Amino acid sequence: MSSDTSLPVLKSTDFASDQDVRWCPGCGDYSILAQMKKVLPQIGVPREDTVFVSGIGCSSRFPYYMNTYGIHSIHGRAPAVATGVKCARPELFVWVITGDGDALSIGGNHLMHAIRRNLDINIVLFNNQIYGLTKGQYSPTSPLGKITKSTPFGSVDNPVYPLSVAIGCEATFVARSIDVHIKHLGETLKRAAEHKGTAFVEVYQNCNVFNDGAFNYATDRNTKQDTVIEIEHGKPLIFGKDRNKGIRLNGMDPEIVELGKGISEDDLLFHDEKAPEPSLAYLLSRMRYPEFPEPIGVFRAVERPVYDERMDNQIADAIEKRGKGDLEALFTSGETWKVEAESA
Amino acid sequence: MSTTTNSKKPIKELDAATVRFCGDSGDGMQLAGTQLTNTSALIGNDIATFPDFPAEIRAPRGTRAGVSGFQIHFASREIFTPGDSVDALVAMNPAALVTNLSDLVDGGILIVNKDSFTEKEFKLAAIDANPLEDGSISGFQVFEVEMTKLTRLAVAETGLSGRDADRCRNFFAMGLVFWLYNRPLDPTLRFIESKFSSKPDVAEANRSALHAGYNYGETTEAFHSHFRVDKATLQPGQYRNMMGNQALAWGLVTASVQSGCDLFYGTYPITPASDILHELSRHKSFGVRTFQAEDEIAAVTATIGAAFAGSMGVTASSGPGIALKGEAMGLAVMTELPMIVVNVQRGGPSTGLPTKTEQADLFQAIFGRNGECPMPVIAARSPADCFDVAIEAWRIATQFMIPVMVLTDGYIANGSEPWKLPNVADLPKINVKYANALQNGDEFQPYARDEYLARPWAVPGTPGLMHRIGGLEKQHITGNVSYDPLNHQKMTDIRAQKIANVAQTIPAQEVNGVEQGKVLLLSWGGTFGSCNTATNRLKEQGASVAHAHLRHLYPFPSNLGELLKQYDTVLIPELNNGQLRTLIRSEFLVDAQGLNKVQGKPFAVSEIVEAVEEILAN
Ligand SMILES: Cc1ncc(C[n+]2csc(CCOP(=O)(O)OP(=O)(O)O)c2C)c(N)n1
Ligand code: SF4
Ligand SMILES: [Mg+2]
Repeated sequence: MSSDTSLPVLKSTDFASDQDVRWCPGCGDYSILAQMKKVLPQIGVPREDTVFVSGIGCSSRFPYYMNTYGIHSIHGRAPAVATGVKCARPELFVWVITGDGDALSIGGNHLMHAIRRNLDINIVLFNNQIYGLTKGQYSPTSPLGKITKSTPFGSVDNPVYPLSVAIGCEATFVARSIDVHIKHLGETLKRAAEHKGTAFVEVYQNCNVFNDGAFNYATDRNTKQDTVIEIEHGKPLIFGKDRNKGIRLNGMDPEIVELGKGISEDDLLFHDEKAPEPSLAYLLSRMRYPEFPEPIGVFRAVERPVYDERMDNQIADAIEKRGKGDLEALFTSGETWKVEAESA
Repeated sequence: MSTTTNSKKPIKELDAATVRFCGDSGDGMQLAGTQLTNTSALIGNDIATFPDFPAEIRAPRGTRAGVSGFQIHFASREIFTPGDSVDALVAMNPAALVTNLSDLVDGGILIVNKDSFTEKEFKLAAIDANPLEDGSISGFQVFEVEMTKLTRLAVAETGLSGRDADRCRNFFAMGLVFWLYNRPLDPTLRFIESKFSSKPDVAEANRSALHAGYNYGETTEAFHSHFRVDKATLQPGQYRNMMGNQALAWGLVTASVQSGCDLFYGTYPITPASDILHELSRHKSFGVRTFQAEDEIAAVTATIGAAFAGSMGVTASSGPGIALKGEAMGLAVMTELPMIVVNVQRGGPSTGLPTKTEQADLFQAIFGRNGECPMPVIAARSPADCFDVAIEAWRIATQFMIPVMVLTDGYIANGSEPWKLPNVADLPKINVKYANALQNGDEFQPYARDEYLARPWAVPGTPGLMHRIGGLEKQHITGNVSYDPLNHQKMTDIRAQKIANVAQTIPAQEVNGVEQGKVLLLSWGGTFGSCNTATNRLKEQGASVAHAHLRHLYPFPSNLGELLKQYDTVLIPELNNGQLRTLIRSEFLVDAQGLNKVQGKPFAVSEIVEAVEEILAN
């Protein structure tokens, strides 16, 4: 994953494939694509060492638009495909692009296991709270009561929250960003790329055709300072247009407090993305609009052993201890016997 | 090779014998069978085995459901099946006796552990009367041996007693059978030594029980004589005993070495395929990467990912798991990546008969995917043949850039036979070529094709070859997504032609027997042994019969259609309701007859002989 300084410096356009992008005009996916193309040259991994893997959905068309290696697989299975790529070739720089349905409905099982194995891959979940490609059914992240094509009377399903799921699966890196918050999104993708282990990033993505405005509260210029809180490692949780509001712990629960009036920054909750236990990250992942501002940024970033590296090490160990495999030795291992040629 | 004293009892010469150990799942019958197998192989007999065990790990003790058996056929001539019936049956309890007795030949040897024939055991086995006394065993040579008591006595000195002592009973039974067939104890003694090295008291007890069983045969008056089965005249060379799943795993490892291409094995445990995983996971020094996935879908899709990344991707399962892999196999066909999908078949549908054999997944293998989605299908015919089939699958997959389906079954996966070690220098090389980096300016075409219609294998990490593949239809040559109607027709035709081309690279179908005649037996997979033995028997009787055994099921060998026309009747024995027969009829318009059975058991040779004789008589 290291950059080779002797190579010509690439521009974001070098990462664009020759294919026409086919998302609906105005779709949030464009912005994520743009940030990815912008960030990859900064990371510096050669294009040929980069692989994008996706499942099925609007979001999963992503690999076709990148001038890297790519595989647009089948619905829900991208984390498993990526596992095979990464295990076979741990030196590759592997991204998984998935949607809320792809990752959390049909692919929930694979998402869970890729995360807990802690492969050195980056998973970006485009959360538009809807099934885009199949034209507008509710998804596992759609809010209760959501009226869609398949729920004319409102959905009766309880939603899941992607980051809470990831944390429950022992994720070592968990972050959230927003499609139109481009600077923050770029930074977040970069942090994910730099993390060793599975980096899980949820991006709030507007589907302007089937679920327009689902994240208006978080993107509206007039309200976003009060509805979103940018968290940073080692810093207190402060938000609001006048940066006069903060999050404090009341026992085990977060509460909103106003700064001043006897409450200082020191009384607030300080973010610690490196906390060994994921309790704080989980607490943050449960803060939801409208009760709370929704946190964006890196929730958790801890170092843990990496699956593909461990697999590689076992092979290296075996070769060191026993020597490179030899067929003759394999065939003659254990009990064998000889049949002599019949003497005349 | 014998550590035993020379016997003073008369020895009768036999050219073959079939022995079955049966008892409770916890009685160690599989171990007893394996030891007799290895010993017989080591002294030069040809062998064929048939382990038969329940799906439950420990079904309630003493019940019929918990009976586990291991049958071994050893001979001084070449043999191909574990035997239709049993010459000697060792039954450790009443449940084992009543469930196995019908396979014992009239006048055959029946050895029972008399100590387990108690009222309590009868109740567990759901029998009303003592089978030793109700006349049901009157047609056999019965030896009622107090195995529990004698074993306890034999191991008393080691301090083992009760349950621990009783665990050595299988070694007593082995010792007795070893005496009966004049087999050396050394290999089993060596096994005890290495297996129980950390438990010297258990090792000593097992040794004592083994010797006690052997000596019992020699000294007790009940046994008047014993038997000898001489070496078989096998081809000269070095041999080992080989089980099907192990042979398959070794074939994959060998193909990996011979092709210079790493092996990635993704799978999810399932009977009877799991032993392939167990075996491959030991061979890390060959660079083998094994991945125990969260389910079969992850197993096959990780395998696709590995194949995309330049490894040979292999996945295996049994019917239920293969069903789950269906959609992903379509992706592999569409992306044209080299892969091997192994189905170790078992009784179906659904969970079916997990530990019993069947051949009913042939349709699934050939047709079980959405869309026009052809894949080559090949099948192994015997335990050792799994080695060659694995290499052949690897060859086809890489030469044609295509996933290949390999069919084996529970019978050959767990069965064993002697395997002549190949000369490593003579093993075929598999020529795998990866696409090379392009010069600046040249455009890479991921769906350009060579003379076999294979597309280039361009692996990540190669500069200039960045490309995207996926399940959406691809434009010819460029590989870009295309919804063009004529292009879809063209690509569908190319995918079909590519599979058809495989037939040009496989040998012509051969027959055993007359080249023209009355009956052709046509078979595939694990029924080879029974069909081949039946054919040889019929040939000896002068019958106008031949046998063709198919390795390649899709596509068929090019000469098959012509060959079928040379016989008045084509008879296709299958452990299903006629799947190959349907294919043969539709492909060649031949009115093939079927001999079909789905009982979780292989064919008896006699069943096939009788079916052919009936045709010949009409
Ligand atoms: C096995 C299978 N089942 C169903 C589908 C249909 N399907 C395609 S995409 C999709 C949902 C996509 O939703 P999401 O993952 O949220 O992606 P988005 O389109 O919103 O980006 C469904 C149900 C499919 N392609 N494959
Ligand atoms: S349907 Fe929605 S998610 Fe899909 S491309 Fe259009 S706007 Fe984007
Ligand atoms: Mg969606």
